[in-house]
Amino acid sequence: MASEAVNPGEAFVFHTEQHLVVLTGRNAKNLAELLEHLHKVSGSSIFYHTHYLFLTHNFGKPRFHNEFANWASHALQEEGLAERLTAIDLLAMTSIHDLREAIVTAVEKYLDGGRRLRECPPGDEFHFCEAKSFVTPTGLVAHDTSELFAMVGRATDACLYFHFFEARLRLERPTNDFSMWLRNHGEPRLAQAIDRLDPYDATLAELREQIMKIGKRRRT
Amino acid sequence: MSVTLQDYEESAGTAVIEELRTLADRVRGRSMRHVNSTSVGGGVAEILTRMIPLLRDLGIDARWDVIKGDQAFYNVTKAFHNALHGKTEEITEQMLDIFRATTEINLREVDLDSDVIVIHDPQPAGLIERKKDLGRQWIWRCHIDVSSPQADVWNFLRPWVEQYDAAVFSMPDFAQQLPIPQFRVAPSIDPLSDKNKPLDKAYILQVLEKYAIDPGKPILVQISRFDRLKDPLGVIAAYKLVRKRHRCQLVLAGGGATDDPEGAQVLSEVRQAAEGDPDIHVLDMPPFSDLEINALVRASTVAIQKSIREGFGLTVSEAMWKNKPVIGGAVGGIKLQVIDGVTGYLVHSPEGCANRIAQLLRDRKLRERMGDNGREHVRQNFLVTRQVKDAILGMLALDHPGESVVNLG
Repeated sequence: MASEAVNPGEAFVFHTEQHLVVLTGRNAKNLAELLEHLHKVSGSSIFYHTHYLFLTHNFGKPRFHNEFANWASHALQEEGLAERLTAIDLLAMTSIHDLREAIVTAVEKYLDGGRRLRECPPGDEFHFCEAKSFVTPTGLVAHDTSELFAMVGRATDACLYFHFFEARLRLERPTNDFSMWLRNHGEPRLAQAIDRLDPYDATLAELREQIMKIGKRRRT
Repeated sequence: MSVTLQDYEESAGTAVIEELRTLADRVRGRSMRHVNSTSVGGGVAEILTRMIPLLRDLGIDARWDVIKGDQAFYNVTKAFHNALHGKTEEITEQMLDIFRATTEINLREVDLDSDVIVIHDPQPAGLIERKKDLGRQWIWRCHIDVSSPQADVWNFLRPWVEQYDAAVFSMPDFAQQLPIPQFRVAPSIDPLSDKNKPLDKAYILQVLEKYAIDPGKPILVQISRFDRLKDPLGVIAAYKLVRKRHRCQLVLAGGGATDDPEGAQVLSEVRQAAEGDPDIHVLDMPPFSDLEINALVRASTVAIQKSIREGFGLTVSEAMWKNKPVIGGAVGGIKLQVIDGVTGYLVHSPEGCANRIAQLLRDRKLRERMGDNGREHVRQNFLVTRQVKDAILGMLALDHPGESVVNLG
């Protein structure tokens, strides 16, 4: 797992993950219902609706990766809220708890304006889901920094998603696994360079390129 | 000859095949039995025909059995199907007796000796009665929308459904409130089937010639049954708006008009709306026209699926797999497949549809970009290999109830 991948003195074990989408049975047709469920759903559900599209729509950049924002815009035509939800700085979040709070606060503030609740059209309800993740080693194992960067080029999108998004927020590690491992292996500058990447502003393919570029710069 | 997983490497990608093998190692040697109500015809039989050999190729002892039933039973299940979809049906006690009696016969006759038993749809749902003596893991795989069912039918089925270890639905919108875990597994397309496999250019031209379609003029295509819910008249209205400024032709191809009185009526209205315009091609295709349908979509410039109500609508993925930008009605599963502005556009009216068609006809680069995005979206999310993966994950999920992150070491 992630923690095993970054222990000092140990090799970096590339992991990947597969998902099965779990239906929670919770649905919302307006913002009041959304808010009620936001307080009660699992952290896994909050993570799913803010991150899953980075994995499944990773070949292009849709207007919204955050599904709460997407729903506010498309189903409720609440563009102001959609913009505020999109503006939540996911990179600044260090836990799902903080992320949930940020989303709840955005919706509450929006509703505080005394605006009338809109109902979505039938068939456009928000369905709360979550992902059940199955983590497996990929067979790629890096024993030193050169191998790590070389193997990033062979890592699948799901592998990058796991070490960047899942490890940091869902498994509550302070940063992505690559930076953690590099820091533990006496490469703080490389770790910092990867830390500075914004995975939320790139497709996973772009993220892979950016990491590899950092590796190339190291050699020159 | 049966297909193998290796045959899918080119379409799904090497990484996907490797990931499947890694996952399958965790369930190798276990048995999985699928049971449904028909071996031919319909989406369930189509997908099982492909999935079973692939699961076997991965070392899972996958089997597929079909329950027995007479005409009276299938008349009842047809009424059940309609009632579960929200259409009012009179369900009599005699009908329930027929369903129970057929279930009893199948409980005695169907071999259910497997580690995991996947029961498809309501017809064989009562086989769960065997769980008491067999144990094992049971999944109810529901392909239909049971979100707003007629109460008497759902109340009849529900006690059975609640005994399963898990239920699987194609979309969250199709699901019911149940006390058992529920998973979402979207349907998928088979890239090697006649409907989707690559075709020679010569064959495509031959099909166009057969139907008197001009290969030199942009083609808009909608593939669907002649059904009001697919809004073929709305598509013609959109085409007529576009036609004022853009040179193009429209192909409406589908079947279902021969055995469905309402379909015949819709077809007649569509022909009337198309009358006098030689650039509208209304094609009532016979069954087993998959290769020709494939050719028509491949020849098209823009694909349309302007439904006003839809189940999953896999014709969208079939078109996207052929690198076509798709304009879809913003309903049902179309919303999961068309990423608005990325793989095509979601629309709500003939006028909206016309605007998007015109935009795409004007911009070849946009069409190409959306077409490429669409193919990649399907490759990642709607190929049969993904559904095979979900079947394996379903087995693993039952081994790890209540865990949101499962370390398979």
